Amino acid sequence: MANYTEENLAHELENQEYKFGFVTPIDADTIPIGLSEDVIRLISSKKEEPLWLLEHRLHAYNVWKTMEEPNWAHVKYKKPDFQSIAYYSAPKQSKKYESWDDVDPEMKATMAKLGISMEEQQRLTGVAVDFVMDSVSVATSFKEKLGELGIIFCSFSEAVQNHPDLVRKYMGTVVPTTDNFYAALNNAVFTDGSFCYIPKGVRCPMELSTYFRINAGGTGQFERTLVVADEGSYVSYLEGCTAPQRDENQLHAAVVELIALDNAEIKYSTVQNWYPGDKNGLGGIFNFVTKRGICHTNSKISWTQVETGSAVTWKYPSCILKGDHSIGEFYSVAVTNNYQQADTGTKMIHLGKNTKSTIISKGISAGKSQNSYRGLVQIHKSAKNARNFSQCDSLLMSSECGAHTFPYIECKNSTAKIEHEATTSKIGEDQLFYCKQRGIGEEKAIGLIVNGYCKEVLNQLPMEFAVEAQKLLTISLEGSVG
Amino acid sequence: MITIKNLHANIDGKEILRGLNLTVKAGEVHAIMGPNGAGKSTLASVLAGRDEYVITEGEVEFQGLDLLSLSTEDRAREGLFLAFQYPVEIPGVSNVNFLRTAINEIRAYKGQESLSAKDFMSLVREKSALVELDSKLASRSVNEGFSGGEKKRNEIFQMAMLAPKLAILDETDSGLDIDALRIVAKGVNQLKSPDNAAIVITHYQRLLDYIVPDFVHVLYKGQIVKTGGKELALELEEKGYDWIKEAHPTV
Ligand SMILES: Nc1ncnc2c1ncn2[C@@H]1O[C@H](COP(=O)(O)OP(=O)(O)O)[C@@H](O)[C@H]1O
Ligand SMILES: [Mg+2]
Repeated sequence: MANYTEENLAHELENQEYKFGFVTPIDADTIPIGLSEDVIRLISSKKEEPLWLLEHRLHAYNVWKTMEEPNWAHVKYKKPDFQSIAYYSAPKQSKKYESWDDVDPEMKATMAKLGISMEEQQRLTGVAVDFVMDSVSVATSFKEKLGELGIIFCSFSEAVQNHPDLVRKYMGTVVPTTDNFYAALNNAVFTDGSFCYIPKGVRCPMELSTYFRINAGGTGQFERTLVVADEGSYVSYLEGCTAPQRDENQLHAAVVELIALDNAEIKYSTVQNWYPGDKNGLGGIFNFVTKRGICHTNSKISWTQVETGSAVTWKYPSCILKGDHSIGEFYSVAVTNNYQQADTGTKMIHLGKNTKSTIISKGISAGKSQNSYRGLVQIHKSAKNARNFSQCDSLLMSSECGAHTFPYIECKNSTAKIEHEATTSKIGEDQLFYCKQRGIGEEKAIGLIVNGYCKEVLNQLPMEFAVEAQKLLTISLEGSVG
Repeated sequence: MITIKNLHANIDGKEILRGLNLTVKAGEVHAIMGPNGAGKSTLASVLAGRDEYVITEGEVEFQGLDLLSLSTEDRAREGLFLAFQYPVEIPGVSNVNFLRTAINEIRAYKGQESLSAKDFMSLVREKSALVELDSKLASRSVNEGFSGGEKKRNEIFQMAMLAPKLAILDETDSGLDIDALRIVAKGVNQLKSPDNAAIVITHYQRLLDYIVPDFVHVLYKGQIVKTGGKELALELEEKGYDWIKEAHPTV
């Protein structure tokens, strides 16, 4: 674990506005709006997909048509009109990128604005980056170096072309095609995403990282991520998200599947900063995501998320603890401000013996926002000596926001030990006064206090992300006390 | 340094300060004593800018500035420091980060550049040695899990780091053993210069053996009712406050 302190935050957080709100003037190949079997066939043919995948999509689509949007989450929004979305938009460039030099300069500029200049990343951090703009994966660096170890890290489309057996073997095994409304939609129309396979016994020597970016207007983004850690392997995977500032609500419905085979470990970190909408709640991303991992014997999956963006978030990264002695962890910070709404949490499904799960959730609500933790700890009959520890803390920054916790526990084995702690507090006047008396202005003081409050979660993030996440927290909460 | 004129302050409609006058000049140390509930902490909080208190009358001039018109943080940046009677815990925020943020905010206010990490750390070493603060405490979360004595010592450490113009110590000596007391006094004496001043609020005259005050004031029912030299502290220690109370039944 890289040792960082909050000190990096000490320097000026100049920009209060959403700094990723720009649009890149790249020609895009966007198909007409609307959803039908024909559209799905078009997507599939544009991607030159094998027949099995087209059939998979059509099956998902037909089931999806019979499904209803879930409404149990504690969020209110105008349901998207699925016929007014364009389901495929790709930066126009006829040939595929062979190397980094082939990448469109505008695209490179976009990455630079996002703070992920590929050259720099390559040189300085040794992070392998996959960049998904709108629907298409643009560049994956470090492929060769990883290749030597037998690690596959590429866009989902490439994986379909080059590693169809692996994709076919694992895709849909954790999140069934028709698991829920948005997952089904994703299965029908997904366009790209990331794929990662770590072979037996290999410890991935660098953080693997994907940046998702929605650029084109009127489109949705439906990406898939599939991470397979074979027996005894280890990988740390990072995911970052941004989108331009627009008055419309754009839909993002992703599916992420993690598979940790025996004795493997996957650490999956997300900093989600999709455009949250403006101060009055206009625009912003609808972030409806299904993330789930399965742990085989003695394996471990650890989800860490820092959620500051999106107008509406609906997301429950979960672990199925199938193998004996497997471990699931969920560390989450969810910040909502203005009119943002988040309903997020986790499910820990204990099936194996001596399985262990830990849930640490920090919800921070400001403005008129609504922030809910929703969690399920499920101990099955077979899960002898299962253990769970959950801690859900809510911090209120204003008197008009809402914080809610919905912790569900289902226990069918009496040997289980389940502990749940929850606190709700208002940001301390005493703490603020103490900071100000030392010369620290209000915004900085809030940043310090909130980052301190989330430290347990931030400490789980790899260094580069931790620093970014701290800045984000502070920026998201500017002007929020009241 | 500071001139307080006819200061009146309420909290929840209850008048706590009732026409308080006090002048402290640069280079001076003033002690304020008085029975519990007299308004000593209230005075400290009002000067520092705590906004629960409503100021109904009076004015305060601090180094030529209208103190009451400044925000809490600007008062601090202008050199006013309060050592809290009950220091606050900030979980997850290290002492050093807290102080570094504070110092750089103050420097930015004065148009100075941020202190480099190296200079900052050497300042930490120097000042923590001065107040004999365990270096482990410097890297722990602000006051979290500190003993009462450690919290007080941490206040003095912060004071030494920020080098204020006017330090107000609110019962920093309460609950300290004699060694800790000596250390606190050392911190205050170290700060002492012809340009600085201190207001030391205390219950016990024993602190004043180490920090020798130029003036001792008795605060009672929201007013300064008696002022004297160091010998007044001894007299109060001996006789208690009853004679003061009797002399001011109507205050
Ligand atoms: N937050 C508050 N709300 C109501 N009354 C208060 C508050 N703080 C202090 N007081 C009252 O103001 C008076 C002065 O308190 P304080 O300034 O703390 O006295 P001292 O420090 O001299 O012991 C006391 O009667 C106390 O009860
Ligand atoms: Mg007091």
